[in-house]
Amino acid sequence: MESWKTNRAVFWVLSLPGSFWLGFFFLTPLALIWILSFGEKTGIITIDITWTLENYIRALEPVYLEVVWKSIWISVLATVLCLALAYPMAFAISFAPGRWKPLLLMAVMLPFWINLLIRTYALIAVLRTRGYVNFTLEWFWEKADAVLTFIGLEQLELIGARFEPLPILYNNFAVIFGLVYVFMPFMVLPLYANIEKLDKSFLEASLDLGAGHWRTLRSVVVPLTMPGIVSGIILVFIPCLGSFLTPDLLGGTNAQMIGNVIERQFKAANDWPFGSALSFLLMYATFGALAIRSVLSGRQSGMEI
Amino acid sequence: MMKRPHSLLRPNRRNFLAGTGAFAVGVSLMPYGALSAEDKLLNFYNWDTYIGETTLADFGSATGIEAKMDLFADNDELFAKLKEGNPGYDVIVPTNDFVERMIEAGMLENIDHALIPNMSNLEPAFQDANFDPGRAHSVPYMWGTIGVGYRPSKVEGVPASWKWLYDSDAYAGKIALLGDGLTVIGHALKYLGYSLNSTSAAEIKQAEELIIANKKNIKVFADDNGQDLLLSNEVDITQEWNGDILQVMEEDDDISYVVPTEGGVLWQDCLCMPKGAPHPENAHAFMNFVLDAEVGAVIADYIQYATPNGAAKAIMDESYTKNPAIFPTDETLAKCEPSIYIGEAANRLYDEAWTRIQAA
Repeated sequence: MESWKTNRAVFWVLSLPGSFWLGFFFLTPLALIWILSFGEKTGIITIDITWTLENYIRALEPVYLEVVWKSIWISVLATVLCLALAYPMAFAISFAPGRWKPLLLMAVMLPFWINLLIRTYALIAVLRTRGYVNFTLEWFWEKADAVLTFIGLEQLELIGARFEPLPILYNNFAVIFGLVYVFMPFMVLPLYANIEKLDKSFLEASLDLGAGHWRTLRSVVVPLTMPGIVSGIILVFIPCLGSFLTPDLLGGTNAQMIGNVIERQFKAANDWPFGSALSFLLMYATFGALAIRSVLSGRQSGMEI
Repeated sequence: MMKRPHSLLRPNRRNFLAGTGAFAVGVSLMPYGALSAEDKLLNFYNWDTYIGETTLADFGSATGIEAKMDLFADNDELFAKLKEGNPGYDVIVPTNDFVERMIEAGMLENIDHALIPNMSNLEPAFQDANFDPGRAHSVPYMWGTIGVGYRPSKVEGVPASWKWLYDSDAYAGKIALLGDGLTVIGHALKYLGYSLNSTSAAEIKQAEELIIANKKNIKVFADDNGQDLLLSNEVDITQEWNGDILQVMEEDDDISYVVPTEGGVLWQDCLCMPKGAPHPENAHAFMNFVLDAEVGAVIADYIQYATPNGAAKAIMDESYTKNPAIFPTDETLAKCEPSIYIGEAANRLYDEAWTRIQAA
């Protein structure tokens, strides 16, 4: 591969579209929002940039910190569940016969082809009181009830006098379920890429040398796939933290996450400066988490040497 | 190998000049084109399922103007979209309090009544409006109420009070309120006997506490799908716009609508022309077309909201004109209140209360 130093002109030309994109569609709007976060509302549609810190001070009020805290634990939970489900999934795909792999990967990515809003509405139809999960449970209940009646135990009402649908929509469970469902591919794909590269002879060596399956997983597989785990966690946790559609549609009366509060500042509350400050606060928190991670991983590799 | 793209990317000076020339011609011609005659185009920004199925096509065949429609989900979306300048819409459909807000922000164009002779079809009560004196910026399109949609087989009697949604555990877990802070808090204020446009911090606080205390009984703050929740048996009683409930009443006989005795929001959606509308003549033609008696009747019959168009109402059948869910009694109407634009400071009070309610 040629070094960029040998042919600078080519390098600059090739980097032009990317830089343009980054500059105009990412950095410029970001800078505008950053400037706006130091603004003051002076009328319905007028904002003066007075470099006040009032928006940030307001963003640190307990009620907003409470919402941020709730967003963090919901996101952590969703990320952990994603990891727990995606890890065996990625493993299975990686160890599947060659001709199955593309099909299985496709099955993971297929939901991407459908709009998020439509997928979320479909989840409502699955989870609601008169939805497919409860229909299925009701069917099982009826069969069990018929069996109990047949053996003459119906008087004991072992499974209740009638079917009680599970309340699985419009609560925190539904929000986490929705987030796990939406972000699962972001966890599976980096894990798969990593596990695929894993030299399988390490596993054989570990087993040959007397380590059990569990020990092999813990001491060999997990450390070797750590980069995949970390990128999966980042790819899932960060968008979870800012999500607003899922809590809005699947959550109950206390589903509000920080993304919802920010969205409202740009719409109903018509307070763009405050919304901008909240957005940046969230971004600083994310940067902070990433910085901690890189410090920790730096220390770890330091120890290994 | 890398040379080819290199030379291709170097701009050809002659082409570049020709390009700017064409651009300059285009710019210099544009104002003349706009002055002589408008393009036969109209950009209409409307709510979903809020016009007759063939109205836009009919308008096209009557006037030769091709109408394109974009949809918004709520007034906030409409306002946010137009706030930074009109992206090219000719006619928009804001609700009364947003009409007021947009007038105050200078976002609406004046309407020339001479170009809308069908204004005379409007009932006298709608010829003028306190939120837009002299109807300088708005033409009334539809009106209605916010009330209670419910399932009679699951609810005792007629739930003609906000009590059943705000201050009772009779239907615990089977209640939905709307997802908009101003509306939810506004009706709590109404239940407490205050104005739903209250700007008093103490009254808003009292409403906030009432809602938080009853939150355990409320299943969800439904964005705009309370009618679907009612239809799918997710809830038995919901706060909703009358037209939304009417649409599901057609599908299910066991659904009904009532405006509580304390009263609810009385709203009016208007046709307005945003500042910088590219086709003002076409916009006036469209407003006049919509106010036509027969066109108005077709629209009202399809969307099932109350029309302010007296001439249209006169030619419609009784299933519409005598429907109490569309046209509440005068007694009920007297208790209802239009929401007014309460100002930015009060708006912030409501938003902060709403954040606290949801975080509680």
